[in-house]
Amino acid sequence: MSKRRVVITGLGVVSPNGTNVSDFNKAIQDGTSGIRSIEKLKQLKFSCQIAGLPIYKLDHLNNYFNSIQLRGLQASGMEYGVIAGIDAWKDAGLSISDSDTPLWDAGVIFGTGILGVDKFREAIYKVDEGNVRRLGSTTVTQTMASGISAFLGGMLGCGNVVTTNSSACSTGTEAILMAYDRIASGSAEIILAGSTSDSGPYVWGGFDAMRILPYKYNDCPTKASRPMSASASGFVPGSGAGALVIESLENAQKRGTTIYAEILGGHVNSGGQRNGGSMTAPNNEAVQQCIIRAIENSGIQSNDIDAINGHLTATIKDSAEIQNWCKALGRQGTDFPYINSLKSLVGHCLAASGSIESVATILQLKENFIFGNINCEDLHPEIQSLVDRDKIPTKTLDFSANIIAKASFGFGDVNACVIFKKY
Amino acid sequence: MNKEELLSKLKTIIAPYVQNQEALKNLTENTDFIKDLEINSANLVDVILDVEDEFDIEIDNEAMEKMLTVKASIEVIENKLAIK
Repeated sequence: MSKRRVVITGLGVVSPNGTNVSDFNKAIQDGTSGIRSIEKLKQLKFSCQIAGLPIYKLDHLNNYFNSIQLRGLQASGMEYGVIAGIDAWKDAGLSISDSDTPLWDAGVIFGTGILGVDKFREAIYKVDEGNVRRLGSTTVTQTMASGISAFLGGMLGCGNVVTTNSSACSTGTEAILMAYDRIASGSAEIILAGSTSDSGPYVWGGFDAMRILPYKYNDCPTKASRPMSASASGFVPGSGAGALVIESLENAQKRGTTIYAEILGGHVNSGGQRNGGSMTAPNNEAVQQCIIRAIENSGIQSNDIDAINGHLTATIKDSAEIQNWCKALGRQGTDFPYINSLKSLVGHCLAASGSIESVATILQLKENFIFGNINCEDLHPEIQSLVDRDKIPTKTLDFSANIIAKASFGFGDVNACVIFKKY
Repeated sequence: MNKEELLSKLKTIIAPYVQNQEALKNLTENTDFIKDLEINSANLVDVILDVEDEFDIEIDNEAMEKMLTVKASIEVIENKLAIK
């Protein structure tokens, strides 16, 4: 059976540098960083006292949640995910149904790493005090991983798959590919896909303890996230959510809605934590395999790729990632596609990174630009030796890309690569 | 606290959870929380916690199971206040 064509018809984002698509679009083109000092991290004696944190007024939530849902809400990832998800849905020209019949052909695949950490902390204190009876009804729904897909599915009345995937930092990109597969195979017409990540010390603390966050930039937060730079010293933790309405071309045309881009295909895999791969490091061969099979699955040639939105977190692994792209594509030097990393502007939004970065990638295709990488004027020499300097722009370029590859890699030695095409 | 005051406080507590606003307007002693006011059954525990906070009482599981109507709730609250 031939695959059905799949397109993107709606976008939503809650990013450290823009909490709606239009602000985010401007911020990435202007090179505006969303990384800031976080007083709480300083009080708690974190080494890294900065982070990518979305900023909005509390009453903004009234546009998305009812008063009951807001009572005792202590799940930042739920806030980000619902805002991004509902925005994407409306952006796609879809209405919020109050019908008694669920939308049988519409689903939600919305990933997260961990949800409602602050709510869980509150619950732990109460339980340990012997006061479990005072937890209230929302501890479960705010802390279950699938709380985010459950909230969105209920708000929208979705009757197809409603689930939450989790694969560390590849979660968001994986969610897009899960939605793509389900629509391509004919099991659904519309899927709200995306991912979200809680913010705060309890999420970021574990990474601080691993000493993989930069600690020398507490006084100059916007300089701290330095993907591909010789002076990169770790990733800046971030948070937020990205959401995409993914739809069969057939259904989108029938609705006569705006199409942002097409998903040609992709691949997810794992390096099995073998051959250099581990819980925290990628098996390079698996990364290359993932990219190669994504290209094959999309029915294109590696030369068709005009730009790459990398994973590129600003650790020592950036050089290895560039090398993997070079090998997988068989391209280097001036022949290499343009490449950028959103993490220079927002940090590493963990489970949300793949979806937020995909929103940025699709905006590039739709609006004909390649956003600039900040903080990599001092390109890493190993990267310099592989890729022509002009292919790593430090300022936003006017460029009409036809095909952009987006990849994400995560703890557990898991990889995801998706191929987007201008429509 | 007389019954009028108690009823008015109870009404304020349950208001945010009520899905049938019409039934809330016509609240009587016989109003049923789930059938008439269409309060989500999962939210009944939240109503109980709010009642505990408002009246500074503790409602045990047995008493809580009875609190499905306005009348039963007022009786439970009055009993708990009396032994405070």
